[in-house]
Amino acid sequence: MEEYTFLRQLADSWGLVAMFVFFVGIIAWALRPGSRKTHEDTANIPFRHEDKPAPDDTDAPAQDEEARK
Amino acid sequence: MLNYLKLIVLGLIAIFAMVAANNARDVAYLVHAIIILLVSAGLFVWVLRNTDEPAPAPPPQNEYMDGVIRYGVIATAFWGVIGFIAGTFIAWQLAFPGLNFEWAQGYMNFGRLRPLHTSAVIFAFGGNALLATSFYVVQRTSAARLWGGNLAWYVFWGYQLVIVLAATGYVLGATHAKEYAEPEWYTDWLLTVVWVAYLAVFVGTLVKRKEPHIYVANWFYLSFILTVAMLHVFNNLAIPVSIWGSKSVQVFSGVQDAMTQWWYGHNAVGFFLTAGFLGMMYYFIPKQAERPVFSYKLSIIHFWALIFIYIWAGPHHLHYTALPDWASTLGMVFSVVLWMPSWGGMINGLMTLSGAWDKLRTDPVIRMMVISVGFYGMSTFEGPMMSIRAVNSLSHYTDWTIGHVHSGALGWNGMITFGALYYLVPKLWNRERLYSLSMVSWHFWLATIGIVFYAASMWVTGIMEGLMWREVDANGFLVNSFADTVAAKFPMYVVRATGGILYVAGGVIMCYNLWMTVRRAPAVEARAAAAHATPAE
Repeated sequence: MEEYTFLRQLADSWGLVAMFVFFVGIIAWALRPGSRKTHEDTANIPFRHEDKPAPDDTDAPAQDEEARK
Repeated sequence: MLNYLKLIVLGLIAIFAMVAANNARDVAYLVHAIIILLVSAGLFVWVLRNTDEPAPAPPPQNEYMDGVIRYGVIATAFWGVIGFIAGTFIAWQLAFPGLNFEWAQGYMNFGRLRPLHTSAVIFAFGGNALLATSFYVVQRTSAARLWGGNLAWYVFWGYQLVIVLAATGYVLGATHAKEYAEPEWYTDWLLTVVWVAYLAVFVGTLVKRKEPHIYVANWFYLSFILTVAMLHVFNNLAIPVSIWGSKSVQVFSGVQDAMTQWWYGHNAVGFFLTAGFLGMMYYFIPKQAERPVFSYKLSIIHFWALIFIYIWAGPHHLHYTALPDWASTLGMVFSVVLWMPSWGGMINGLMTLSGAWDKLRTDPVIRMMVISVGFYGMSTFEGPMMSIRAVNSLSHYTDWTIGHVHSGALGWNGMITFGALYYLVPKLWNRERLYSLSMVSWHFWLATIGIVFYAASMWVTGIMEGLMWREVDANGFLVNSFADTVAAKFPMYVVRATGGILYVAGGVIMCYNLWMTVRRAPAVEARAAAAHATPAE
């Protein structure tokens, strides 16, 4: 099969399905129950550490955050 | 040790530039070789003088790296005014062709200055604004100093060098003749290297962040950096005719080249002028309004919907061309669908002010940010409408398109950048406040009225022109010659150029205000120390 034809068919079949599923998955993930607390915390990031970075010596909860990454 | 390596590399570049200048086949290449020679020789001397000196103390990790951001802010204001002046001048050239002076033919006529204007405002003004704000925002929202030490300085100065090479190249006639991608091959290569360094600094900072989550503004900035890298590389696939000349030949040809160009061109709008600037919106509007973004969930959906859809919209630039119908229909449909995430983002930005609407009366900076989001909403409605094939058959090739671009660029990109600059300068230079808020108000009104002049005159002339082109008499002959439409557009061209003068005036007032903020506005500590002695103004 010619490269063009192959890409063209992939684009309007499995490629389309994969991207659509990914996209719907993201929306479901964003709207999932219980995400409010995380989102509120994240939305407030700009209001912390205005003048200085977080201290380098990571305390216990921060290490926990490191581990979760 | 690293310095010796730098000296070797800089020396080799300088020698190569000398050979290149000697063998140059065209003026642009000669001038660029000399610029490269001067820069690399200057850096050579500078590095040499610092070699074997005691190493400076490593930068403190408990402070943000703000020096490069200060330079970025200055560069933004500087290139902004240059780009606005260039735009206003070419607007007058269109109204009065005599301004294409005989003595400057081939250098300062409309055709040469027009790419200078577009690149100056998009890449020099907008690009520096994005560099500065992304470095500022990624540090504050990651609670970490910029990664890579002096790499950020390399990104900044490398980008300025690209701008200088691009601008001088346009005036001297080195051009790919691709809209918004005019710089020739060696400038493209340099930009690619600089851009990879930019990506490294940005991602490196994100990796060492102290916050568990990546704030939404950084998502927008990251998508902007990544996508622009991809667009830039693919649209500039070209083979140099000679290593001693500026001319290169595109790898693609015909409709493939056109499609790649407008895939690039529209996503330069979508990711450079939209996603990157939305990153600014998602940080500076919450900060200036002193409240978190209206809906974080909506911001996530906004981000993914925008980047999923924007990338497909390019073919709407190629209606009624050799491009297959299915492709231009696809571009049109995605453009119309794009309206939704765009307005979702606009609503998210505007509603961040809910409960703080009174600030619109008292704070001209937030007024600027709000009107920019308003213009974003307006031009993201106008754009999808113009991408519909039937509308496009009237609007394409007319001044309506130029009006649309400028309501987006002057209104959305310009105003949000001005707002960010007014926010940043007092913070970066440790000032308590701006020098003058009434000057901000003057800037606001001059710029807004300038945009209204611009957009309104371009609507009138664009639709008039489109209707005149398609007007036929009873026998089916065209009624108007092209020159008839040019003559009919004259009054609107004068109105448009007048709007440009108002916008430039606002920009000059901003520069004076920011300068005086640094020079005269009270410093933060000074006030704290003297708080008991003199009451604050």
